[in-house]
Amino acid sequence: MAWTKNVLRVNLETGSCTTEPLNMEWAQDYLGQRGLATKYLVSETDPKVDPFSPKNKMIFVTGPLTGTMAATGGRYSVVTKGPLTGAIACSNSGGYFGAELKFAGWDMVIFEGASAKPVYLLITDGKAELLDASHLWGKTVWETEATIKKYHQDPQIRVAAIGRAGENRVLYAAIVNDLHRAAGRSGVGAVMGSKNLKAVAVRGTRTDAYHLADPEAFFAATEAGKKVLAANGVTGQGLPTYGTQVLMNVINELGALPTRNHRDIQFEGAMAIGGEAMHEKRPTDGKANLITNGACFGCTIACGRISRMDPGHFSIKDKPQYKGASGGVEYEAAWALGAANGVSDLEALTYANFLCNEDGFDPISFGATVGAAMELYELGLLTKEEIGFELPFGSTEGMVRLAELTAVGEGFGKVIGLGSKRLCTKYGRPDLSMTVKSQEFPAYDGRGLQGMGLAYATSNRGACHLRGYMVSPEVLGIPMKMEPQATEGKPAMLKAFQDLTAVVDSSGLCLFTTFAWGLSDIQPQIQAACEGDWSEERLLLVGERIWNMEREYNLGAGLTGKDDNLPPRLMKEPAKTGPQKGAVSKLDIMLPEYYQVRGWTPEGVPTAETRMRLGV
Amino acid sequence: MQKSLHIDPNKCTGCLQCEMACAWENYRTFTIAKSRIKVFSFHHEGRFVPYTCTQCDEAWCMTACPVDAIQLDPVTGAKIVLEPTCVGCKVCTIACPFGTINYVAQTGKVQKCDLCDGAPACAKACPTAAITYVDADWTGLDKMRQWAGKTDTNPATV
Amino acid sequence: MRHLIIGSGPAGVIAAETLRKADPAAEITMLCGEGEPPYSRMAIPYLLRGNIEEAGTHLRKGADHYQRLRIELVQARAQSVDTASRTVSLGPGKSLPYDRLLIATGSRPSLERLPGIDLPGVRSCWTLDDARAILAKARPGTRIVQMGAGFVGCIIMEGLLSRGVDLTILVRSGYMVRRMMNPTASGLLRRWCEAKGVKILTHTQPQGITLEGGVLQVALPDGRTLPADIYLSAVGVDPNLEFLAGSGIELGQGVLVDAAMQSSMPGVYAAGDVAEATDCLTGKRQLNAIQPNAVDQGRIAALNMAGRPARFKGSLVFNVLTTLGLVSSSFGEWQGIPGGESTELLDEARYRYLNLQFDGDRLVGANSVGFSDHVGALRGLIEGRVRLGVWKQRLMEDPTQIMQAFLAAAYSVA
Ligand SMILES: Cc1cc2nc3c(=O)[nH]c(=O)nc-3n(C[C@H](O)[C@H](O)[C@H](O)COP(=O)(O)OP(=O)(O)OC[C@H]3O[C@@H](n4cnc5c(N)ncnc54)[C@H](O)[C@@H]3O)c2cc1C
Ligand code: SF4
Ligand code: SF4
Ligand code: SF4
Repeated sequence: MAWTKNVLRVNLETGSCTTEPLNMEWAQDYLGQRGLATKYLVSETDPKVDPFSPKNKMIFVTGPLTGTMAATGGRYSVVTKGPLTGAIACSNSGGYFGAELKFAGWDMVIFEGASAKPVYLLITDGKAELLDASHLWGKTVWETEATIKKYHQDPQIRVAAIGRAGENRVLYAAIVNDLHRAAGRSGVGAVMGSKNLKAVAVRGTRTDAYHLADPEAFFAATEAGKKVLAANGVTGQGLPTYGTQVLMNVINELGALPTRNHRDIQFEGAMAIGGEAMHEKRPTDGKANLITNGACFGCTIACGRISRMDPGHFSIKDKPQYKGASGGVEYEAAWALGAANGVSDLEALTYANFLCNEDGFDPISFGATVGAAMELYELGLLTKEEIGFELPFGSTEGMVRLAELTAVGEGFGKVIGLGSKRLCTKYGRPDLSMTVKSQEFPAYDGRGLQGMGLAYATSNRGACHLRGYMVSPEVLGIPMKMEPQATEGKPAMLKAFQDLTAVVDSSGLCLFTTFAWGLSDIQPQIQAACEGDWSEERLLLVGERIWNMEREYNLGAGLTGKDDNLPPRLMKEPAKTGPQKGAVSKLDIMLPEYYQVRGWTPEGVPTAETRMRLGV
Repeated sequence: MQKSLHIDPNKCTGCLQCEMACAWENYRTFTIAKSRIKVFSFHHEGRFVPYTCTQCDEAWCMTACPVDAIQLDPVTGAKIVLEPTCVGCKVCTIACPFGTINYVAQTGKVQKCDLCDGAPACAKACPTAAITYVDADWTGLDKMRQWAGKTDTNPATV
Repeated sequence: MRHLIIGSGPAGVIAAETLRKADPAAEITMLCGEGEPPYSRMAIPYLLRGNIEEAGTHLRKGADHYQRLRIELVQARAQSVDTASRTVSLGPGKSLPYDRLLIATGSRPSLERLPGIDLPGVRSCWTLDDARAILAKARPGTRIVQMGAGFVGCIIMEGLLSRGVDLTILVRSGYMVRRMMNPTASGLLRRWCEAKGVKILTHTQPQGITLEGGVLQVALPDGRTLPADIYLSAVGVDPNLEFLAGSGIELGQGVLVDAAMQSSMPGVYAAGDVAEATDCLTGKRQLNAIQPNAVDQGRIAALNMAGRPARFKGSLVFNVLTTLGLVSSSFGEWQGIPGGESTELLDEARYRYLNLQFDGDRLVGANSVGFSDHVGALRGLIEGRVRLGVWKQRLMEDPTQIMQAFLAAAYSVA
């Protein structure tokens, strides 16, 4: 229950769409979404597979709480092998698409093979068909969604699509649904592009798609959960008002805002690009960047930013398609497009963010790669001739231009589309790439926040803030305050966060609920929705099992403990200013302890005992 | 005084809790295709407008019905579809000039808001109080104008 | 005040009920011309399909509904109207007086001019009596030749097929429902019907019908004959006006009425299929034989009869039709107007179609197939003569945005 118990298997090579029952034994061990799809991927593919080979599979997956009245119950994930990292990729998205897939009667869609020509998948309840997408190839996400809805004359169809970035295999291409929600990281969009799959369009009207195990308990649990979210300062006020952008000034003041490719740790322009700035009236047209906040399906937090640009801004002067409202910058995007390369023009960031949504690429990796390119430029390793224009730190025009080029795969955009690791390697300075496992850091500095450094180094999908959000204890004091520079207790805390996150990511809920919710808030919701025993203990075991399964996959793919590292800059160059001045990462102290609490060998391999205990 | 649904689109975030609540209340499913209230998204304007039947005085749907399948609830003032009687001819769906009574292919019947017997599930579920159930002396077209005045979706008026 | 209503279809019934509300003391009499309780023709297709019993076609379900509202039902047909003495004759020696008269006699099937049209086995599908006759005869394998694929012709197909009959449709023109659908929409319908096993012969006008050995033989122009157990004639409708000859009431195609639904004769009103009112778009007088029009007009007429001035905004031709499960609709000037603009979307494989017609920035007409969500808003936009402003262009680009256009344009622009 809560699962539809149906899997749609789409063979892009033969064009066949078949139905099979969900493996319920696995569902009991891995819950859903991230965990369950990874189990399928691990069981069906060789971890050594080339991410762009037809042998790589790609799975769209929902959780048992997706498409329910549980607050934020609308998430889905895309699981595949990531081309940016060569590791497991699991990108999570909100919007309305996931719930629609569930209403159509599917827990997951497994794509295998690659199509000879561009296609899109149309799912209408139990019916799935691959349709010709040659007319959509070369089109943006926005055009694709509009064209599909129009052609099928159904504005209620939900669409997840790749833009030109995915077609061009930008290594951090995203899959964008509902125009500005994205399965953003690790290049899942490029895998979709490699399969010649332009979009997945869903319309779900089934009323019997799934059932709640105990409706009465479910409403009691979800209503209690909603009250907690409403009463909490972060989820009830901070996020709706400022979105994740609430963090910009906080992190900057704390001295953990990576700036100019992590050369600096505080950004003088932070005020101009943060949550408060989005509310301020622009001198140019007297209007604020932010129009309102928007929610994903079922979300009672509503952290989404909906922005409208200054119509007179240089970047969009003759481009009416950017003058309407659309998804505004979230914190990570504002940081990556702004602080990471020293740009403090909020309108320019908004424009670049629109482009990321419009053509489907990850603003974090893109912005961070631009930051690296700027550093290479300043060092004289990259020239104006190669780029086509000047690219010093702080160049708004440069950042904007690169966003445009990356979106369409032209000029130097092609190189930017490879990501920071490949860029810096190409120009002889791999050490300048601010990445882990080739994936760019998000908006917290691993020197300023020691726990985050460890989280980055050990994240199964490369540098990522969403695998174990140590910002919670280190900045917000959730569930307890931990000093940013302390190392004590952090490996254990991180493990707990990672395991809990794996549970949340497998449930259909949004991770942001955990600003307010603990496992004791989430557990009753899962228990009431799903058949089986879902005690807190068991859920944490599920989370740990998922983490270890992902780890095994990465080891199988050829990664080792040596890849659990941070760039030399974070290990050696002390933070220059602010409260964390002088700090470097103490990863070498924390990592061995982390392996230990994980039950892994000193080389970072799960011991036989751990494997046995978890059954992986 | 009879109550009516009052909708303030400015408060709506597009979370669709109301749609799920409506579908659940009436059909024990979260599938929002079964909801009688619809949140229309105005992407270009960055706005969400929840919309359902205003229980208008004219009740075009009710008078057009050839088989007497839509009835007035004397307590709430709602016009209620009697599913067993409805033959699915859809004439009410074109008679209502607001587009708020719709055909449901699965059941072969039409559906519209019935005010949940005076305890609207959508209003209860809305986390932002964009939907409330309030005493109101304005009805029908005036109700529409009340909402619409706040929708601010026509650039001509912005 | 004595109110007399001739005809107990939807126009008559709504008028009677509205009169009762507006004038609690009035005397209200309603003539039923078919020996049946007030019923709705529209429900006949569902009776054929077996979804409902005969009682399900009755316009009101409560046994004492009319009694409770003090509406007297009289089973009789009006033979003539004497406007000087304000009486209606019900035949030799029987007449009823009135202070206010409503003519709500609806319409009847047009008669084909065809040799053999009076043979037994030739029927229409218009009254409950027709339905009973068809039900009595239609068995699996029964051969039905239906002449006409207009609105009613299409809507009854499902009921007929559900009986297992062998159905052949003859269409004089090249198109089905050509009075409400453009060729694209009509073509989709035809393909749909053929896919469901209905034989459709277009450009076919039968030459005559004969009865041979108990089986009808329908002669086709190409010399072939089709054997038939039933010949269903469904070629259109004409208003029931004959009894008004010599009454002095001004007649065109129907009873000519003003915005108060009053005829040329003071105190005499008309509503429904029989009335010829002004069209809200063209401003021309025309018949409009659809149910929502009948009830709107019945209500307006009754309010005026009760002394409460009410104006009819003009009739809008619109309809929704289900042909063997495929929903289609038609609104206003669906064929477009000279100098107007239009936009359309077609997904042939999935039988979906949407066509909008504009006059400047106003919507004036629409056709849809397979698209039924929120179609009522099309009525709102067209009838309300709503200025679409920027939404005109947006609808041109994406006609599925009708509800958004309606919400934004219909009520924000004061
Ligand atoms: C099979 C079928 C399906 C239809 N489906 C639809 C549909 O889906 N949508 C739609 O909008 N319309 C539909 N219609 C048309 C719709 O039924 C008519 O438009 C509607 O009934 C008109 O209502 P009315 O009251 O004007 O006339 P009628 O319903 O025709 O009622 C007229 C009444 O007057 C009586 N009468 C006639 N002459 C006399 C007389 N001289 N004395 C006394 N009584 C008299 C008749 O017996 C009848 O009771 C359908 C019609 C048929 C036959
Ligand atoms: S469905 Fe339409 S016609 Fe019926 S009561 Fe509601 S608004 Fe009025
Ligand atoms: S009042 Fe009830 S029926 Fe009406 S829209 Fe709200 S939940 Fe649905
Ligand atoms: S529940 Fe409230 S905020 Fe959410 S979509 Fe509905 S009206 Fe909007």
